[in-house]
Amino acid sequence: MNDAPKTVPILSVQGLSVDFRTRAGTVHAVKDLSFDLFRGEMIGVVGESGSGKSVTAFNIMGILDPAGRVAKGSIVFEGLDLTTADEGALSEIRGREASMIFQNPRVALNPIRQVGTQIEDVLRRHTNTLTKDLKKKAIEALDAVRIRHPEQRYYAYPYELSGGMCQRVMIALALACNPSLLIADEPTTGLDVTTQKTIMDLVRDLARERNLATILITHDLGLASQYCQRLVVMRSGEAVEAGTTEEIFLNPKHPYTIKLIKATPRIDSRLEDLSDDVVERPAAQPLPVRPEGAPPLLEVRNLVKEYGIGSSTSWFGRLLGRKVEEKKPFRAVDDVSFIVGHGESVGLVGESGCGKSTTSNTVTRLLDPTSGEILFEGQDLAKIPCKGFAGVPERRLIQMVFQDPTESLNPRFTAWRCIADPLMRLDGMRNKAELDARIRELAGMVGLPEHLLTRFPHQLSGGQKARVGIARAISVSPKLLILDEPTSALDVSVQAIVLNLLADLQARLGMSYIFVSHDLNVVRLLCDRVIVMNAGRIIETGTADEILTNPRDPYTRSLIEAVPHLDVLAANDKTFAEEPKCIA
Amino acid sequence: MAVNEFLKHLKYILTENPVTLVSGSLFVLLIVLAILGPSIVPYDPYASSAATLQPPSWQHWFGTDQLGRDVFSRVIVATRLDITIAIVAVLLSFVIGSIAGSAAGYYGGWIDRVVGRLTDTIMAFPLFVLAMGIVAAMGNTVENIVYATALINLPFYARVARAEVNVRREAGFVQAARLAGNSDVRLLATQIYPNVLPPMMVQISLNMGWAILNAAGLSFIGLGVRPPTPEWGIMVAEGATYIVSGEWWLALFPGAALMLAVFCFNLLGDGLRDLIDPRQRT
Repeated sequence: MNDAPKTVPILSVQGLSVDFRTRAGTVHAVKDLSFDLFRGEMIGVVGESGSGKSVTAFNIMGILDPAGRVAKGSIVFEGLDLTTADEGALSEIRGREASMIFQNPRVALNPIRQVGTQIEDVLRRHTNTLTKDLKKKAIEALDAVRIRHPEQRYYAYPYELSGGMCQRVMIALALACNPSLLIADEPTTGLDVTTQKTIMDLVRDLARERNLATILITHDLGLASQYCQRLVVMRSGEAVEAGTTEEIFLNPKHPYTIKLIKATPRIDSRLEDLSDDVVERPAAQPLPVRPEGAPPLLEVRNLVKEYGIGSSTSWFGRLLGRKVEEKKPFRAVDDVSFIVGHGESVGLVGESGCGKSTTSNTVTRLLDPTSGEILFEGQDLAKIPCKGFAGVPERRLIQMVFQDPTESLNPRFTAWRCIADPLMRLDGMRNKAELDARIRELAGMVGLPEHLLTRFPHQLSGGQKARVGIARAISVSPKLLILDEPTSALDVSVQAIVLNLLADLQARLGMSYIFVSHDLNVVRLLCDRVIVMNAGRIIETGTADEILTNPRDPYTRSLIEAVPHLDVLAANDKTFAEEPKCIA
Repeated sequence: MAVNEFLKHLKYILTENPVTLVSGSLFVLLIVLAILGPSIVPYDPYASSAATLQPPSWQHWFGTDQLGRDVFSRVIVATRLDITIAIVAVLLSFVIGSIAGSAAGYYGGWIDRVVGRLTDTIMAFPLFVLAMGIVAAMGNTVENIVYATALINLPFYARVARAEVNVRREAGFVQAARLAGNSDVRLLATQIYPNVLPPMMVQISLNMGWAILNAAGLSFIGLGVRPPTPEWGIMVAEGATYIVSGEWWLALFPGAALMLAVFCFNLLGDGLRDLIDPRQRT
């Protein structure tokens, strides 16, 4: 690592405690946290949601919510205690000496101003740059984060840039004044894995070039293990373990760290490895014998979905007699065909915009395809328009578990009412006692304690909400269940439990799954077969192991390589090897 | 159990925010006066006497008017009429505006365009002048004041409902409800619309204030409730001529009652929203 003398830390957090006042009383968000950070070092603060990692970062930057206050401890940055410093001193430090990259780059950038002028703001505030040099400096800053054609990008608005490009601009903003400390708060959440890799490589390279001290705040152990030299593992406000990355991975001491490492899927882990408390999986129900040559459960043939059909000439233009230009429709799903057998799990993998969600929504009959057939046990469901599909008996055969458990539950319905809805509508179950019995049975199946049934979604944890969503989807005993990134909004330890639950339910109920996800590591845990999609087309199909070990398509290979692995040896200085590259 | 929980929540909301407590108590007072007013006042509000234009005294708390009627009794009795006009008008525009706005926000297309242009047309007029025109054209009755007030408030409900329904149209829980076999209308009524209620509640409470002012304003300029009916607007109008000659109490007390009512409704909004939003309960 770095040979510079490590005697004086640039940032020293000692015994930090932060309290929040809430309706339920005082909440201790951070309890007695201590760590030191030296120049040229990247430290990872790892923890699940609610562990206090973001609060710590906000505290260092002095942008804590007014309801929170530092109860104890100190944050000494270059000799100045930030917990007692006044606002004037803090605003001098923010942006110039210490800066931050935020979770969602699109939200963090001002949407109605050009990115170049946003960089100029920081320069004007914190440096003595002459007005005539501002633009040049801003373009240099964009160039430094390897944005191609920075002169043109200077004029771009955030909406014109992709998520990855926005995050580059954020990094340019953060580094414009040459700070000595950079805090990256979940910098790659919501980005595709391949973009995540390029962004993290960029942060690492820039940090090394400028000898920055970096704090990476993340929930992803794999990511932290690849980029950080030291880790602090946090749980409910406390640092449960701290040490070098190797120490923590090779020899974790705290049971929570062990659990976290275990729950993170690796390239070779099996579903049973993820969590300790997995009981014996019920033996798979033997599937009823089907006659030879019977149609498969689902066969999708030449599915096409086009958007934006129409002319680009406005009605005013047409009124004036301008030539009507036909816009070429955008093909979100381009000639997709696949088969799902009875009791089979098929993974649908790809990055955002590849058409996997459109495909799954079309199969779920929430969207009408432009052309193609959706044969469900031989019957073409594409013939029934999705507008009236809620009323046909086939509705109950295909159900779905949604991506975000919070967003997919009606905030005004209790858990009981959420699960009751499909039973009442599709099964016509009206008898309250009968309904209650069935809902309790379902709650038992998904492992949701019965006393939680009267709660509203905001009173449930992420994992409990996910269970409610699953109970709702299986309540009418569908034959095909579509899982749309069911664990992407969950912490890893909860993800492990939910994945195991899904596997149990499949064994018990004999459903078929279509598992839509961007994460090959997770998909292969549950699926027999994997379909890789890119730009609306299927580019590769095969068994999960085949694709992971021997991908034929270059796109699949880049997808697999970009997924951060919990590879301890990889953490070992390999990160200093590659040359920075220019990526458009 | 559910009632108990509601009361607990009500207590929390009232004690957490003193403004809500003040406006809540005022609201209860207004409702009590509206219901019991005629039976608790000391004098008959229509009975004239020889004691004309008396200043406030222990006999006549708010003094007497030019016909010797007790101003205090008239102010109290007027509460029922003013509050009724406001509540009925607001309810009408709330119901119609919610239906039109929700349909526009959910279905889009031509419904959205028609509802949107209609509300734009109403908004294009100075609202009070529009209400005057309607009452003048349709006749000087209480019903027509209600209709006029309802019409000019309609666009606010339609717009709020449209915007709030529109952002929830493709939400995860709506998709899930579609999978559960809900038809569009049922989905809109049972799943989406209840989530729109909290912002609508704020709108309602603001509108109640406007509606009272509007009804009083119409009466003030002589369109609307006619004398000798006790009504705050007419009383202010009648009293205004006497202010110059020093009889200030004729206009001041009904004016103050009007102000208190508007004040109360404007402050009630946040409390109502918190009351109806399950997320505020912990």
